[in-house]
Amino acid sequence: MTTPVASGSQAGPGAPDAGPRGVLSRGTVVLGVAVLLGAAALTLLGLWGTPEDRVQGEMVRLIYIHPPAATTAYVGCFLTTVGSVLVLWKRSQWWDLVAGSAAEIAAVFCAITLLTGMLWGKPTWGVFWVWDARLTSTAMLMLLLVGYLALRRLPADREVRSRRAAWLGLLLVPNVILVRQSVEWWRTLHQEPTLSLPGAKIEGLQLFTMSFGFLVFFAAFAWLLVVRFRVAWLEEQVEEQGLDAAIADRRAEAGPTGRADVEAR
Amino acid sequence: MDGNTAYIAAGWLVTFGTLAAYVGVLLRRGRRLSRQVPPESRRWM
Repeated sequence: MTTPVASGSQAGPGAPDAGPRGVLSRGTVVLGVAVLLGAAALTLLGLWGTPEDRVQGEMVRLIYIHPPAATTAYVGCFLTTVGSVLVLWKRSQWWDLVAGSAAEIAAVFCAITLLTGMLWGKPTWGVFWVWDARLTSTAMLMLLLVGYLALRRLPADREVRSRRAAWLGLLLVPNVILVRQSVEWWRTLHQEPTLSLPGAKIEGLQLFTMSFGFLVFFAAFAWLLVVRFRVAWLEEQVEEQGLDAAIADRRAEAGPTGRADVEAR
Repeated sequence: MDGNTAYIAAGWLVTFGTLAAYVGVLLRRGRRLSRQVPPESRRWM
C-alpha cells in the first residue's frame, strides 16, 4: 500500500503542495516571457520584416529558424556528452540529470531541424529527402538521441541505468562533428554553412534576423534545460519516495517477528 | 510571398508548434510531480 498523496488546495499544513507554479520560479518566468517576446519579434522579422533573397527567394525565411534549431540541437548534444563523461568519471547524479535533460531537448530541436529541412528541400531540390551525407548523418544523430533516451527508460538500478546511457552519450559529439563536417568531407546536395558560403553574402537585416534567431533559440534552450532539469529532479524524488514507501510497507506487513528476521538478514 | 508560402508557413508552424507542445507537456508533468514532493525538496521555490 502506498500513502495517498495530498494535492492542490486539499493539502493540509506541511503536506506536499504544488503551489501555483509547479516547476517555475521567478527567474524562469522572466526568462520565459523574454523568450516569448523574442519569438514573436523573430516571427515578425522572419516572415514580414526582411526582404526576399536574391538566390533563394522567399525560401530564405526558413533559414532564420533551420540553422538555429540545428545549432541548438548540437549544443544539447555537447552538454549530454560532457554530462556523460562526468557521470562515468565522477559518478555525478547532478550531471546525469543535466545529460538526460539536454538530450531530450536536443532530440526536440533535431526533429525540428529535420522537418524544417525537409520543408526547405521540397521547393528547393524538388524532393523532401535525399540520402546525402548531411541529411543521413543528421538522421543518425536523431536515432542516437532516441536510443539514448530509450536506454534511460529501461528498468534498472539508477546508477546502472545512468552509466549505461552515459556510454552511448559519449557518441553524440563525434556524431555532431560528422554532421557539421559532412558538407566539407563529401560532395552533398546540402549547401555549406550559410554564414561561410564562399561568394555568398548575408548582411543587413537578414544577417541581424538570423543572428537574432540564434539568440532566441539559445535562450529557449536555456529555459527548457532549467525546467526539464527540475522535472527530472522531481522524478528522482518521487521514485525514491516510492522505494522508501515500498520498503516501509514490506516491513509493516512482515510484523515485529518478520521485521527482526528481515533486519537479521 | 510566392507559391512557396505553404512550405514556409508549415516550417514556422512545425517549429513553434512542436516547442509549444513540448513546453505544455513539461509544465503539466512538473505540476503533477510537484504535488507528490514536499516543498523543501523543490529548492527553486
